[in-house]
Amino acid sequence: MRFTLEVWTQASRDEEGHFERYDVDGIDPDASFLEMLDELNARLAAEGKRTIAFDSDCREGICGMCSLTIDGQPHGPNQVTTCQTFMRDFEDGATIRVEPFRSGAFPVVRDLVTDRSALDRIVQAGGYVTTKTGPKPDPNAAPVPPAVQQKVMDAAACIGCGACVAACPNGAAMLFTGAKVTHFNLLPQGQPERASRARSLVLAMDAEGFGGCTNYGECARVCPQEIPLDVIGMLNREYRRGARREDDTVGTRT
Amino acid sequence: MREFWSSSIGKKIAVGISGAILVAYLVLHMVGNLNALYGAGDGDARVDDYAHWLREFGEPLLPHAFVLWVVRVVLLCALVVHVTGIVQLRRRAAAARGPHKAKPIGRSLASRTMVVTGVLVLAFVVFHILQFTTLTIDVTPLREGAVYANLYWAFQKWYFVLIYVLGVCAIAFHLRHGIWSAAQTLGYVRPNRDRAIRSAATWGSIVIAAGFLSIPVCFWTGVLGAPA
Repeated sequence: MRFTLEVWTQASRDEEGHFERYDVDGIDPDASFLEMLDELNARLAAEGKRTIAFDSDCREGICGMCSLTIDGQPHGPNQVTTCQTFMRDFEDGATIRVEPFRSGAFPVVRDLVTDRSALDRIVQAGGYVTTKTGPKPDPNAAPVPPAVQQKVMDAAACIGCGACVAACPNGAAMLFTGAKVTHFNLLPQGQPERASRARSLVLAMDAEGFGGCTNYGECARVCPQEIPLDVIGMLNREYRRGARREDDTVGTRT
Repeated sequence: MREFWSSSIGKKIAVGISGAILVAYLVLHMVGNLNALYGAGDGDARVDDYAHWLREFGEPLLPHAFVLWVVRVVLLCALVVHVTGIVQLRRRAAAARGPHKAKPIGRSLASRTMVVTGVLVLAFVVFHILQFTTLTIDVTPLREGAVYANLYWAFQKWYFVLIYVLGVCAIAFHLRHGIWSAAQTLGYVRPNRDRAIRSAATWGSIVIAAGFLSIPVCFWTGVLGAPA
């Protein structure tokens, strides 16, 4: 297959970026989008030209590292990670625009590589549970009803790729943060921090400069893990309840 | 309280609650307006009595027009919170998003046009108050307290009918996204209620719009006759 690519090219965080055009042919329809870029990079390298920087790791849709905006849509047209997007999903001869994930909170490091550590700092603020060290507890000592398990597993499926942020017209990280709240606040192991978790996470989220939610629902439409919009309702609910409680330790780092 | 207002979710909740207050008022206003449909009556239209009652409500325990003014002050406060909150959230969102705008993937037209419809509604409300409350826009003969006659003469003009139809449609569009969005922001939407709340938002907007529109339409089409 043959494609024309318009690839975002940016030397470093502080420099202006622009689109660079590349023509690639002889691409296997069953090549993934990343393999197509590998092929292009190999040819560019062989010609002694500058290669395109992009992120990837597991290439099987579970790590959340790949992060391309393809024709304006984070991860591409199919609501799966970029690595699970295949060239057969595009028309032969198509012009495809490739950009990094777009958000003020995700500065471009180089070309298609963005710094998404803002999401890690949200997790550090409340995306964890307090555990006791010592002897291993009995298995199944903390019963979890099946309906709760299901909801928690749906939320815990988040791979932290940041597509939700990149799809949001407000640059909000509510789906990501909502997934953390749903994940930890419903499990028995997460109860010690329940009163303060939503508040801590929202403080961290706001400090990173993410926007507010206006319920467009775009995040859930691109999430490769199909995290439901409902987790944002859960975040709002938990924040509203947590806001009434007094906890002076919130927002302080120890 | 300061942390609540300065946080993205706290501000959203304030916008949602103030919006809910404004919607609650709209429903009362719409139901009250339907009194115009009783017609001109024999010299005293029912809607005139209703307008008079609104001013006497609570007397003699409360001063004249006291409840009316309480409602006006509450509405003004709600409006200030609603608009201030949204302006601040939009500025925050613009900064968070950065220079590259997000392509629409599946977001509804109503959700995308909230700012446009919001500004239209605000302009319409200002116009509406200048016309029927302060009687400043007196193209047609307007007399204080003669609600039915004022409505009748205003809605003989096609351009006033058009302004009200467009204004009410803007309100309906704003509410279609706004009602569901407020319920979600306040944390009342759950998976098993989502469909119900979405259709309540759609049908609620339609019913509110139909109620309001029935009045200019009935005057324009001649269903409601000239005042006695």
